[in-house]
Amino acid sequence: MSDSPVVELIDVQKWYGAFHVLKDVSLSVAKGEKVVVCGPSGSGKSTMIRCINRLEEHQGGRIVVNGVELADDLKAIELIRRDVGMVFQSFNLFPHLTVLENLTLAPLWVKRVPKREAEAIAMQYLERVRIPEQAHKYPGQLSGGQQQRVAIARALCLKPSIMLFDEPTSALDPEMVKEVLDVMIELAGEGMTMICVTHEMGFARAVADKMVFMAEGRVVEVATPAQFFTNPKSERTRQFQGQIIGH
Amino acid sequence: MNPAPDDQTRRATAASEIEEPSSAQTPERAPPASQLRLLGWARKNLFGSLPNTILTLLAFWLLWEILPPLVRWGLVDAVFSPAGGAASCREATGACWALMGEKNRLMLFGVYPYDQHWRPALATALVIGLLATSAVRSLWGRWLIWAWAVCLAVVGILMWGGVLGLAYVETAQWGGLPLTLGLAILGIVLAFPLSILLALGRRSDLPAIRALSVGYIELVRGVPLVSVLFMASVMFPLFLPEGVSIDKLLRALVGITLFTAAYLAEAVRGGLQAIPRGQEEAADALGLTYWQKMRMVVLPQALRLVIPPIVNQFISCFKDTSLVTIVGLYDLLAATKAALADPDWRPFFVEGYIAAALVYWSFCFFMSRYSQWLERELAKGSRR
Ligand SMILES: Nc1ncnc2c1ncn2[C@@H]1O[C@H](COP(=O)(O)OP(=O)(O)OP(=O)(O)O)[C@@H](O)[C@H]1O
Ligand SMILES: [Mg+2]
Repeated sequence: MSDSPVVELIDVQKWYGAFHVLKDVSLSVAKGEKVVVCGPSGSGKSTMIRCINRLEEHQGGRIVVNGVELADDLKAIELIRRDVGMVFQSFNLFPHLTVLENLTLAPLWVKRVPKREAEAIAMQYLERVRIPEQAHKYPGQLSGGQQQRVAIARALCLKPSIMLFDEPTSALDPEMVKEVLDVMIELAGEGMTMICVTHEMGFARAVADKMVFMAEGRVVEVATPAQFFTNPKSERTRQFQGQIIGH
Repeated sequence: MNPAPDDQTRRATAASEIEEPSSAQTPERAPPASQLRLLGWARKNLFGSLPNTILTLLAFWLLWEILPPLVRWGLVDAVFSPAGGAASCREATGACWALMGEKNRLMLFGVYPYDQHWRPALATALVIGLLATSAVRSLWGRWLIWAWAVCLAVVGILMWGGVLGLAYVETAQWGGLPLTLGLAILGIVLAFPLSILLALGRRSDLPAIRALSVGYIELVRGVPLVSVLFMASVMFPLFLPEGVSIDKLLRALVGITLFTAAYLAEAVRGGLQAIPRGQEEAADALGLTYWQKMRMVVLPQALRLVIPPIVNQFISCFKDTSLVTIVGLYDLLAATKAALADPDWRPFFVEGYIAAALVYWSFCFFMSRYSQWLERELAKGSRR
């Protein structure tokens, strides 16, 4: 793990109208690091992670990804988006395209990879998420867990160096959570830089290098999983843990 | 929120595939057959309840009253052979279809030079043939674009002439079905992309583009087509410099296109609004540019959703072309009217208009059925 951060947020501020969603959010992620972000609903986790690939625009502070600062430069944003994969809570697969077409769309048009090659890459990633046999089906014909694995494969097809996950398992039925987490754990094992918003604490213990706890738009605590789970510094974190483990 | 047990997530095992329930366990059964097919159907659908029975009887009575006289007028007592001329029609009590034998060319081609009628006839046949070809899904492909380009060129040569030994015919002499078809097809083909731009503009993040689109759409939707056509043909030339004149037909086409585009844009916008935000976000996250995102992710889904209103607009546009008569163009309807100006045949105007209506109806009916088929066809894959 090299020390120069690949993602760095410095005092990031964001408002929705008059509502201050992100307050002085700072975070630095090193290459290969796995960061798990958690916190109560509405604390700004999604907003923060979506700022990293500019799905949301921040209004103060700086965000630097792979040494490039996110600003209004459209070209820079497109370059960053190629290198940052994102997986959404609701999959967001393209329902009018087959699984294979979903996977090859960006390589074909964003990277101008020849079709044959793009399909070979797509099949390779479908193997990795263990559903190569679904390549010619439409997303609507797959189960939730399969759809989310396709979504992960779709993001991977651009060969990103950073992956963002925004609650990838919270729209899934319990029996499908594991198949998606398995894929994510495998990915983590290969050294991918990952930022995950999730409440799957088992997953966090298994892969996280760093836990980030957010509340009311602030980063309340950053700690190693060991510290975070056994001896959190802030009262707010303890309260939150009590809630999610108490269930 | 259930934290997954630690060891469970650590054990990264092979994927647990969801098994399809096997159909072997429950043998398939045929639906229960109704014994008395017709009788059973009639009892269920026609005489199921008292109001149903009353309505059925009422409908039968109306049919009984209307159908026989109609058949007698339209078929039994009708005159089909044009041999006897208008005189034989006047003696008969039925319809005078002989009119069509006598006047069909005037009705179909208007004031186009009589001895040159084969040219618009061939052009129309070409266009209809290519339309039919384009409708077949297995024939879809890039070649169709080229075919249409060639077809357009050939039609242009046929209609205008002036080359290859064909006599020159100016657009003022064009008329009838070719004019109607040409205005409708070109109007639709030109209005469609324009309407997509307008719809996208209306949802744009850039205030200037949004204002422009909204202004245009609301302005055009607020006036009737008749006035747009008048503007295009009477007012517009006033703004042109002296000596420059734009073809009357072209002006009408521009009017129809601009008018149709405004309405179509609203239909398209309806589709755009129905696409979940997540679709655009996913496309953005993959690094697609705005136009790539629209072309490959948003529009294919949005347009599919609004096929019915879009085709509705196409049908409207087709029928609205009959309004060009007010700026002095002889479309199918105007040509029919002109053909009926002959005092011998004037009494049989009903038959003439029925024939013209049938032509309009068959094109519109085709569009309507085709859109239903297209909707089903395109939904096949992405069905949920
Ligand atoms: N487009 C928006 N306009 C206005 N307010 C918004 C918008 N998106 C989010 N918010 C608000 O910003 C706050 C943070 O939202 P965010 O989605 O980042 O929370 P979160 O931590 O991801 O919560 P959850 O766990 O429920 O997903 C919430 O109070 C939410 O209501
Ligand atoms: Mg969220």
